[in-house]
Amino acid sequence: MNSIFSFARLGALLIKEFIQMRRDRITFAMMLGVPLLQLVLFGFAINNDPKGLPTALVAMSNDQYTRAMVSALQVTGYYRFDHVTESAEEAEFLMARGDVSFVVTIPADFASRVERGDNPQILIEADATDPSAASGAISTLSTVASQALLRAQGMQAAAAEDARQQLQVVVHQRYNPEGISQYNIVPGLLGVILQMTMVMMTAMALTRETERGTMENLLAMPSSPAEIMLGKVLPFLVVGAVQVAVVLVAAKLLFDIPFVGSLTLLLSSVLVFVLSLVLLGYTISTMARSQMQAMQLTFFFFLPSLLLSGFMFPYRGMPGWAQALGEIFPLTHFLRITRAVMLKGADFHAIAAEIGWLVVFVLVFAGTALLRFRRTLD
Amino acid sequence: MNAIDVHGLVKRFGDKTVVDHVTMSVAEGEIVGFLGPNGSGKTTTIRIMCGLLTPDEGEGTVLGFNIRTESLRIKREVGYMTQKFSFYEDLTIGENLEFVARLYQLKPVGEYVARTLEELGLTSRRNQLAGTLSGGWKQRLALAACIMHKPKLLLLDEPTAGVDPKARREFWDEIHRLASGGLTVLVSTHYMDEAERCHRISYISYGKMLATGTVAEVVKNAGLTTFVVQGPQLAKVAEELQGRPGVDQVAPFGATLHVVGSDGKKLEAALADVEKEHKGVTVAPGETSLEDVFIQFMSGSKDNMA
Repeated sequence: MNSIFSFARLGALLIKEFIQMRRDRITFAMMLGVPLLQLVLFGFAINNDPKGLPTALVAMSNDQYTRAMVSALQVTGYYRFDHVTESAEEAEFLMARGDVSFVVTIPADFASRVERGDNPQILIEADATDPSAASGAISTLSTVASQALLRAQGMQAAAAEDARQQLQVVVHQRYNPEGISQYNIVPGLLGVILQMTMVMMTAMALTRETERGTMENLLAMPSSPAEIMLGKVLPFLVVGAVQVAVVLVAAKLLFDIPFVGSLTLLLSSVLVFVLSLVLLGYTISTMARSQMQAMQLTFFFFLPSLLLSGFMFPYRGMPGWAQALGEIFPLTHFLRITRAVMLKGADFHAIAAEIGWLVVFVLVFAGTALLRFRRTLD
Repeated sequence: MNAIDVHGLVKRFGDKTVVDHVTMSVAEGEIVGFLGPNGSGKTTTIRIMCGLLTPDEGEGTVLGFNIRTESLRIKREVGYMTQKFSFYEDLTIGENLEFVARLYQLKPVGEYVARTLEELGLTSRRNQLAGTLSGGWKQRLALAACIMHKPKLLLLDEPTAGVDPKARREFWDEIHRLASGGLTVLVSTHYMDEAERCHRISYISYGKMLATGTVAEVVKNAGLTTFVVQGPQLAKVAEELQGRPGVDQVAPFGATLHVVGSDGKKLEAALADVEKEHKGVTVAPGETSLEDVFIQFMSGSKDNMA
């Protein structure tokens, strides 16, 4: 008999804990599932040297040098020419919207300059809102391009001798020329902070009522599910508004983030985003049976959305399936909106699709929450 | 029209039948006590009546509204006081009452709240957090909150659990005052003295309604015979009586033993034997109490929770 420690008592406690663990299905599933899921997901999804980045080609002529250059860039694996256009404005718009990461412009006089030996130039504009996404692609540029040109010229007996002539690759880092990663991170943080607090706080909303026994009374009194939902959700819109103000002021004062777009447009998008978040939180609280479960479900949602949304790692660096998965998080779309509006000065037209996504999230979450809400204690 | 008229109510949770074909009617202005051991289905039955649970079987009306389809109407007209204090402990007394008044759309809110606080004698404490109130005061606050909208029917689920005798007395005086004003009350309780303050009682055990009527009717219909045994060494006598044919209950009450049985003749025979074997022990006919009846019910009905 040992009064300080007994393995039998410890065993009893362990058995009890395991039984409780097994009874609490959600916790159990998450304890096993979450590490596994995240390992698999992030192990494959995260890539700091993204390849196959969508690129727009602005080609004024279709000569052999242009073709050689394009194919050389393609062979590096970094560039994927999705759009070919002759219009610089169209390319500009594609980049503002975030459809392409690069615009490669090969001027009309490229071929004649090559043949004349007169310092041919190509222009590569990179979307540097996320500096790490473009860096690999840019660093390979000049060697690849020069070699390609030499090879193309090698087939031309007349020009081959003048191998000394230099190709000029002009790189413009757009929106964030100095490659300051805070420019990328801080607007993103606006979304992340909102997501963290909004979802978690509303996820507690209903479970707290259930845990404290006040739910029974609330249900016994005349109040509709929609009233209860809005009553829980709307106060957090106010909290969200305060957070937005704090983050934006801090972005300006502490990090000196340029704000080139429309504040009204950004704030309206924030409103839709926050609404989708609080409704998501509320949906979680209709599923969770305790505050603890609500917290766990929130984190279950939180981590992948943080990692797959393009906040921490370049979105374009992820394989297709991970990008598709990233689309289901409101944060992904909100990040595109904030970066586009704050750094690129995008107008409504350019971000309409992303706002559309957020509206869809609002409707889906509100619908799910109302369907799941039990008006009775059954 | 009866305030409550339900029949054949069945509610199952998993494979446990918690409410098993319960039929009940309560006339307007009546105070009906709802009795039964823990886990007998009282709370579930009450929750079905106020629309918080949907029955698996059975039909009925509460205040003339169908319990299946018109639960929203029922909620407006019924005051339901939950077993556990279910107002917000992190709100003040005044804030809780204002919340309730607004939910029921009572106008003007301030007037209703002020009047309720006045009646409760809580005006000076309206800014106190509800969580800091003692059990008796919480109960008074809960009652005040659920009669503020002038319901026609009050459903009270063990309202006096953990409340001192004086507060209980005052509580029941209030219930009778409300009933004389035409309010119908269904109140669940464990206390026999409270059961005797009701116009009628219904006894439910393990989901089944076992008896219903006035206290006198329930006692009479139970058909029990009771004897009071007095004398020395009652503990030994009690031990000997246990298990004899005809003896269903042996309970010490101070210096006497209450011996109860459903078969009067067998019981009498058993007691006659004991009287002979022990010197100085006397046996006299006694009055069967409501408690004896309930104990009899409880030991007689099968526990479906096990």
